[in-house]
Amino acid sequence: MKLSQTETPPEDCCEDSNHRLHKYLRQETLPTTFCVGCGCGTVLGAFAQAVDELSLPPEEIVMVTGIGCSSWIPSPYFKADTLHTTHGRALAFATGVKVMLPRMKVIVIAGDGDIAGIGGNHLIHAARRNIDLTVFMVNNWNYGMTGGQMSPTTPQGALTTTSPYHNVEPPLKAAELVAAAGANYVSRWTTYHVFPLAEAMQYAISKKGFSFVEIIAQCPVSYGKMVNMRSGSDFLNLYRDTSIRIEQARELSEEELVDKIVVGKLVERDAEEYVTKLYQVNSEQSAHKE
Amino acid sequence: MLGDEAAAHGALWAGCNFFGGYPITPASEIAEVLARLLPRMNGFYVQMEDEIASLGAVLGAVWSGARGMTATSGPGFSLMQEHIGYAIMTETPCVIVDVQRSGPSTGQATKAAQGDVMQARWGTHGDHEMIALAPSSVQECFDLTIDCFNLAERFRQPVILLMDGEIGHLRENLTFPDDTAAVARQERALAGPDEQPFGGAEVPPMIQFGYNRYVHVSGSTHKPDGMRDVSTQSVHDQLVRRLVSKIDSRREEITRVESRWLEDAEAVVVCYGASARPSLGAVLAAREQGLKVGYLRLITIWPFPRAEIKALNEQVATIYVPEMNLGQISREIERFVSCPVESISKIGGVSLTIQEILEPILKKLKP
Repeated sequence: MKLSQTETPPEDCCEDSNHRLHKYLRQETLPTTFCVGCGCGTVLGAFAQAVDELSLPPEEIVMVTGIGCSSWIPSPYFKADTLHTTHGRALAFATGVKVMLPRMKVIVIAGDGDIAGIGGNHLIHAARRNIDLTVFMVNNWNYGMTGGQMSPTTPQGALTTTSPYHNVEPPLKAAELVAAAGANYVSRWTTYHVFPLAEAMQYAISKKGFSFVEIIAQCPVSYGKMVNMRSGSDFLNLYRDTSIRIEQARELSEEELVDKIVVGKLVERDAEEYVTKLYQVNSEQSAHKE
Repeated sequence: MLGDEAAAHGALWAGCNFFGGYPITPASEIAEVLARLLPRMNGFYVQMEDEIASLGAVLGAVWSGARGMTATSGPGFSLMQEHIGYAIMTETPCVIVDVQRSGPSTGQATKAAQGDVMQARWGTHGDHEMIALAPSSVQECFDLTIDCFNLAERFRQPVILLMDGEIGHLRENLTFPDDTAAVARQERALAGPDEQPFGGAEVPPMIQFGYNRYVHVSGSTHKPDGMRDVSTQSVHDQLVRRLVSKIDSRREEITRVESRWLEDAEAVVVCYGASARPSLGAVLAAREQGLKVGYLRLITIWPFPRAEIKALNEQVATIYVPEMNLGQISREIERFVSCPVESISKIGGVSLTIQEILEPILKKLKP
């Protein structure tokens, strides 16, 4: 079925679906409002796949999101306890959730502008604490919901509505930043790499400590309009042609890696986790009650 | 004990088990006391990277079952405004202590002021009601913090303890209650299987995380079940009007004042917080000189005790309003009376004196 942007899907397209991942979604919110060709649906599918592979009951998940298209991946579509917060602050809210409910998996899905732009400082400090959160940062290289303005991850030289002559800023390497700040697990994939992505998401959810997966995902409508890449496949082809495994990338110079998307696992360690340590302090101090 | 420390202890007596902190003068002592005592009571002190995050962490914790608080001063209070709005929209009970200091901006960082009165009311965007209490003694820092927690749970609303640096750093005796049973605690109302978390009742019961209810909490306009609807005019209208009405229709239950010598008063001093202390001295001095001056101290600043203020209008010739700002409450009083309202304002980090309040009263009543 091929739909143009102005066509709406038939009313019954989501009813009585027998798809095994369908049960993870809030049926009444479907179909999604994502643009045709958007990468958010792929991320939602990979996430549901990861949850399913883990046999993780949604009752044991709290989804926390911010503001932007990517925040709509879990909210409202994924059926779990959901905290849809303010712009950039999902990690701050998620910290409070995890401290009070350590038995729950607390998972953040939001965009690059949200998590690495306005919320960048929270990202650094959540990674530094190594708090047991899982963060999926959907990086579409722009502020898509507001119509395609440049973001901290927009490639240098790219045209956007607020860099109409070309972007003079180098993009933030969010995954590398998080790895340096102290996270236990960091990887990067694209929506072209659906199967490794779902596996990485699965691994990130089960990994104790701060886990971060940067997901390069296409925005053919808001971003693509300015760079003349108007279909989802334009981006998937780009991801296929320009991505390089991190093992190979380590052999190359910085110049050789310009315009390359380095995919794979950036870091894995087993440093002690923040909330566990808070509870240890409490059990030590409960012996010294005033 | 310091006023700041008394507020921290009040929080513990009210059942606070989560504090999101970020250091700032003159509020840091609240964080210091709770960082020391919360872990001994199986609670959590979490120090965040800024005040936006400290209130954010509190709100996340509250939806996960905590009774949460944060404390700050002017610059941090400015940063918190977006999350105060989020707490109003999502009906998240929590307590925010603002120990006011001199502003705007960094101002006189270590000096007291009362310049956040209007920011407490209107600092966050959009239509809303606000609850804010102003202590004027160390004992009241303790007592009103407990009241703030109870009001927050009762109305599912962020509640502000609007202290000032003068009271926060004041050292006075504090009497603790005999035991925890002596402190009445408003427990959190949780939704039954058929109840909606964001509608149905004027103050709906909460559904916390971890109860297999798939609750959806959003700062966007939402329906009674919590699901977003940002395009239907009536959904927004009903939601925001209910959020306002749940406070506005219960003003009598919330607003509290302390009044003295109003019966025969021909003039009255209306005051709150730190400026209430020299105000009381000034009224006593005026009375000693045979002048019929009354004293009305606002304990609840928001919602504004308009009925108590309106009642003065028929009776008194002049209302004097001493404040450590350029007349924020004075202007609010003018909205409800036709008699002259005289602002006695002082800024610069030095408290008002009895003499400074007495002088304009004597000038008018004993020329």
